[in-house]
Amino acid sequence: MANKALSEITGLLNQTQDTRLATPTVNLISVLLLITVVLGLSCGVASFIFGHEAIYNNTREVPWGMLIATYAFWAITSTGLCIYAAISHLFGGTRMGIVSNRMVWMSIVCIIGAFATIGVEIASPHRMIIYNVLSPNPTSNIWWMGTLYGLAVGCMIVEFFGILTGMARIAVILGTAGAIAEVLANSCLGGVFATLPGRPYWYGGQLPIYFLTAAFLSGAAATIFFNWLAYKIRRQEMSEAVHNGLKSAGKAMTLVLVLYTVATFWRLIMYFVGGEELGRIAAAALINGPLSLNFWGLEIGIGLILPLLLIILSRMNNMGMLALAGLLILVGQFVARYDLVVAGLLVPTNLGWDNVPTYLAYVPSKYEFGVIIGSISLVFFGFLMGERVFGTVFDQKEHH
Amino acid sequence: MNIDDLEKEKNEGVETLPSEERRKFLKMGLAVTGVFLGGSALTLTSVQQAQGNRFGDSVVPADGQYPYPKHYSMLMRQNLCIDCEKCVDACRETNHVPEGHGAWRTSIQERETTVNNITTLEFRPVLCNHCNRPPCVRVCPTKATYKDPKTGIVVMNYKKCIGCKTCMAACPYNARYFNHHKYAIDKCNFCIDTRLAEGHKDTACVAACPADVRVFGDLKDTSSRIYNLLHEPENKIWVLRPETGALPNVFYMKA
Repeated sequence: MANKALSEITGLLNQTQDTRLATPTVNLISVLLLITVVLGLSCGVASFIFGHEAIYNNTREVPWGMLIATYAFWAITSTGLCIYAAISHLFGGTRMGIVSNRMVWMSIVCIIGAFATIGVEIASPHRMIIYNVLSPNPTSNIWWMGTLYGLAVGCMIVEFFGILTGMARIAVILGTAGAIAEVLANSCLGGVFATLPGRPYWYGGQLPIYFLTAAFLSGAAATIFFNWLAYKIRRQEMSEAVHNGLKSAGKAMTLVLVLYTVATFWRLIMYFVGGEELGRIAAAALINGPLSLNFWGLEIGIGLILPLLLIILSRMNNMGMLALAGLLILVGQFVARYDLVVAGLLVPTNLGWDNVPTYLAYVPSKYEFGVIIGSISLVFFGFLMGERVFGTVFDQKEHH
Repeated sequence: MNIDDLEKEKNEGVETLPSEERRKFLKMGLAVTGVFLGGSALTLTSVQQAQGNRFGDSVVPADGQYPYPKHYSMLMRQNLCIDCEKCVDACRETNHVPEGHGAWRTSIQERETTVNNITTLEFRPVLCNHCNRPPCVRVCPTKATYKDPKTGIVVMNYKKCIGCKTCMAACPYNARYFNHHKYAIDKCNFCIDTRLAEGHKDTACVAACPADVRVFGDLKDTSSRIYNLLHEPENKIWVLRPETGALPNVFYMKA
């Protein structure tokens, strides 16, 4: 029985693997990435040995930092990829359908990157596994977010199995369920921050929509970048259908880029027309405070303006340029998540007392950087493994 | 149209109304009641009645609006504080608050202000505000922190705490810390498991204060000192960060 199942799986993988990538270079890069994953995530595992409080630079006043930002970044990117894939699978007809299988896989990989990061950030994840089930709090955004992302990844894994085995019906149903769970989870992730009146920089109804917009932006950017990379590592030209699919993703990315820029503009303006002082000071951290280089240089310059210029220059035709725009957007989005998390906590709640500085100091520790490098490597390792093991499934000839 | 003429018209009755119109009317009724029902069903707090004089200028809960059998609160007579920090030490000892990593349950903040060349030094004791609408309780994924149903005190169940630190981010008062000994989030619990459990009527910080700054008691007991101080019309009472809507139960006044 077990032998039969094993031989069936081996048979399936023999069909799905892409032997073009069975090269020494790909193997070497895979091994190097795997080493970085292990080393990086070991930095996080070290927190359980030496104590989270000892190796991460989070404090009582700044309880969250770069790890939460990274988690949010991967989770948001996963949502984006999942939504585009589900739209293509469900409604068909969209040109992006041709690359949707790869998007499903990358959505799973990104959410695993997110889970790996938050798994070493949370002090007692073993209690989470037990008490999320035994003692759920339905008013908690964190509870809903965790549960829904868990549900989403379950759906997507079954969906992917459906894709591999050619069970299109299962793939479409589970893909749709997964996408709905991802959207709701993303909304709850926004809600985690948006529903805290004690943190006026986060508080407000705009943030969940902002997060969803970010998902559409990161999702399109990741679609273009990883598909371009998939063809680059094979040294193969894209077919016209794939090219057109990525052009569609490029259009979506441009549209959302504009929407996201508008949302960012108004989001910041609002703090300077009234409202709470703590929110205004936090926003000023981005405008001309300790996060201004991040904000103007990376979030706006590298993450929004430069990609827009590249998109215009590429005329949606130069895929290399479009992929670079996608990569820069992802970099900008990562920094944007960092700025959002940190700015919300940087202003002390006892400002005016105890001679506290206007902005508290938070610089991520080398362990935190280690975890980040580990999670990025994990996503790239996942990408490469996907291409190697399921490559022929990603090479969709036409939309089913 | 003339009203007199209209009155002469014969009533058409509802029999002639097309069923589509009837459906529309019913749908409107359902929609209106649905909105109201939905609104009350989705309200996320369970202690709505403890809102106090929300629309007045008082931060003190209105009489008879305390949802707990005992409604423990604390009043700081702020100007009496001399920053001796005996409260901080007593709390640390009684509640085994570890040293380092920003661990404290109560603290004294200070501020120096100069007006007309006169410098004033102010001290402000702070601790968990045991809010009626506690943001920390709402956000906890595993109900590791909750309002004690008997006292209204915000307490911790350490074994359920996953250490996500959302309650720390949610607290408007920086009242929570990561207890690296318990490996869980910790906070002031008005000595519920120490002094109150032993039968004392006050907390460690109250007992240790030589200046009688802190007044602790049950707001439901109208003969209690805290009740009377809070409801004395001459006393100007305030709370910290009222704008967050957390409805805190730690009050401040000048003695």
